[in-house]
Amino acid sequence: MLQIKDLHAGIEGKEILKGINLTIRPGEVHAIMGPNGSGKSTLASVLAGRSDYEVTGGSVEFLGKDLLDLAPEARAGEGLFLAFQYPVEIPGLSTINFMKTAVNEVRKYRGQDALDAAEFLKLMKEKMSLVNIDKNLLTRSLNEGFSGGEKKRNEVFQMAMLEPKLAILDETDSGLDIDAIRIAAAGVNAIRSKENATLVITHYQRLLDYIVPDFVHVLYNGRIVKSGGKELALELEETGYSFLKNEMNIA
Amino acid sequence: MNDGLSTIEQQITSDYKYGFTSDLEADQAPKGLNEDIIRFISGKKNEPEWMLEWRLKAYRHWLKMEVPEWANIKYPPVDFQDIIYYSAPKQTKKLNSLDEIDPELRRTFEKLGISLDEQKRLSGVAVDAVIDSVSVATTFREQLGELGIIFCSMSEAIQEHPELVKKYIGSVVPMTDNFYSALNSAVFTDGSFCYIPKGVRCPMELSTYFRINAQNTGQFERTLIVAEEGSYVSYLEGCTAPMRDENQLHAAVVELIAMDHAEIKYSTVQNWYPGDKEGKGGIYNFVTKRGICAGVHSKISWTQVETGSAVTWKYPSCILKGDHSVGEFYSVAVTNHHQQADTGTKMIHLGKNTRSRIVSKGISAGVSHNSYRGLVSVAKNATNARNFSQCDSLLLGDRCGAHTFPYIEVKNNTAQVEHEATTSKIGEDQIFYCNQRGIDTETAVALIVNGFAKEVMNQLPMEFAVEAQKLLAITLEGSVG
Repeated sequence: MLQIKDLHAGIEGKEILKGINLTIRPGEVHAIMGPNGSGKSTLASVLAGRSDYEVTGGSVEFLGKDLLDLAPEARAGEGLFLAFQYPVEIPGLSTINFMKTAVNEVRKYRGQDALDAAEFLKLMKEKMSLVNIDKNLLTRSLNEGFSGGEKKRNEVFQMAMLEPKLAILDETDSGLDIDAIRIAAAGVNAIRSKENATLVITHYQRLLDYIVPDFVHVLYNGRIVKSGGKELALELEETGYSFLKNEMNIA
Repeated sequence: MNDGLSTIEQQITSDYKYGFTSDLEADQAPKGLNEDIIRFISGKKNEPEWMLEWRLKAYRHWLKMEVPEWANIKYPPVDFQDIIYYSAPKQTKKLNSLDEIDPELRRTFEKLGISLDEQKRLSGVAVDAVIDSVSVATTFREQLGELGIIFCSMSEAIQEHPELVKKYIGSVVPMTDNFYSALNSAVFTDGSFCYIPKGVRCPMELSTYFRINAQNTGQFERTLIVAEEGSYVSYLEGCTAPMRDENQLHAAVVELIAMDHAEIKYSTVQNWYPGDKEGKGGIYNFVTKRGICAGVHSKISWTQVETGSAVTWKYPSCILKGDHSVGEFYSVAVTNHHQQADTGTKMIHLGKNTRSRIVSKGISAGVSHNSYRGLVSVAKNATNARNFSQCDSLLLGDRCGAHTFPYIEVKNNTAQVEHEATTSKIGEDQIFYCNQRGIDTETAVALIVNGFAKEVMNQLPMEFAVEAQKLLAITLEGSVG
């Protein structure tokens, strides 16, 4: 589904990703872990198509298409979703209105008819119960005055609405207490299927107690330096990232 | 892929979607302005002597006045002798029904999306359409007539209700008020007249659609709305103009009078041609709008969505004379490319316990300039006056400007006057967030801008709120790359 080959990218002339290789197949959950500044969020931003990042080398294929060639909205149309680490606020625009536009724009991209009001509301109700989100939150201005947990839950709700093929969760656990993490994770798990894949980006292991990955990759200094099963996350939890530095220095 | 700001600056390509001219045969005066032209206009309209005298008096006063230059707008001087002051679409006979309208004229309306019969059937909106200077057809007149409501063109009102016109015209905006109101008083060619009798609640939105059509014609319409005791009326004015290279002048006067317990809601969707991307052409819109809350517990509410015109100079105001009267001003002003807008309101508190509320939302894109200018004045005897003003500006890109000029004059120490102002920019991160959800940049800007303007949009009558939302989107098309 996603094939990243020797991806190099940076910002303002500074190279951050220095040759990433990663393959994700349908149904898989991958976790990318790593210390601060290792390039985790850059990878998420580059995959979603944020314009301030510059790709300097390598390729990314998503469902048979050259992902790097597509505009951000087309990537969304193809089924790529990014749950933001810091969701933005848009005053005066309700989540419902925002999602109605988003769902229908994505449907348009896929050559499907727009949902009418009744169909949209039905879909919304279904997804609301799936991720356990309150309707009042959705009628308020998008993310404005939301708590950290509410913002993240809103991201998960949007993900459920858009039914992505590949969901990238960028530090969805940051700033959340354990209850909020559990709720967000339950939402993600409810949407998981054999056809979809998930890429979880996190600094801490604790999110992975709730979203259990098939593969764990350690990102360090712009490269994936270690890959393994879910036990790798536990190992990291115990030893911390400092061992990496030693290992790298020896190598 | 380059840095954020230049993305926002990229391509400014919005085109004016109402830029077509209709091939109507026009009956018009020669260029220029003198007493003979005024006599010609008055004669064409078969006006009584007092009206002609009133016009001439205004003209003579105007000659002594100077073009106001205090506003934050720049434009080449207007040659008032290079304008045609009267232009009427030629029609052979008086119309008895909508079906008799010149088909070309009807196509014009259809392009504007206000096909008269559609409106009539579907929306229950009574339309008084003004093309160039003459009101072409007034729908729903009979139905309104049964309630005693008079809704007709100003020309007809002068013929059929001279006593009302004579009593109220110039009573809120005196002919000597300012340069453009004096000019309008001398040469106004038509407009709408609306009279709501005591205790009557007007059952439908009344609407006027203005459109400047013939070349080099100034449009000087004059609107007068009188709401008698305990009555209510909601009025909507919509404007479009075809594309022209030269600038056209529009100088209207609107007067509102609300008696005891009466309420007037006046909404405007202004979409005059703003000029092209280089700033060539476009309408100069110099309008004087003022309402008086003459009676106790009366209320006047102005709502405007201003997206057009090359230059806008407009301050819909309320004189709160009656005790406990209420004035409101809700405004969204959008400027793109080279547009300049200097707009706001005046709330003049004279009566006791009067309240006013000002909500102004300015949106600037391109290299445009958008100014809010407002006066809140509390007179010596206006005890317990209250005002709340909120002025928010939204910038798209970093070559445009937003300015706020609030003036406060308080002569009574029981007054409470509050003013809040904010300025913000549409962020790349907001746009990217929308993009990531599958929404393209153009639609994203429309969503963000409509969110910003929501508080004002909510004040518009339902059927026009949708139109106004689309208009915002069209105006800002291509303003963010």
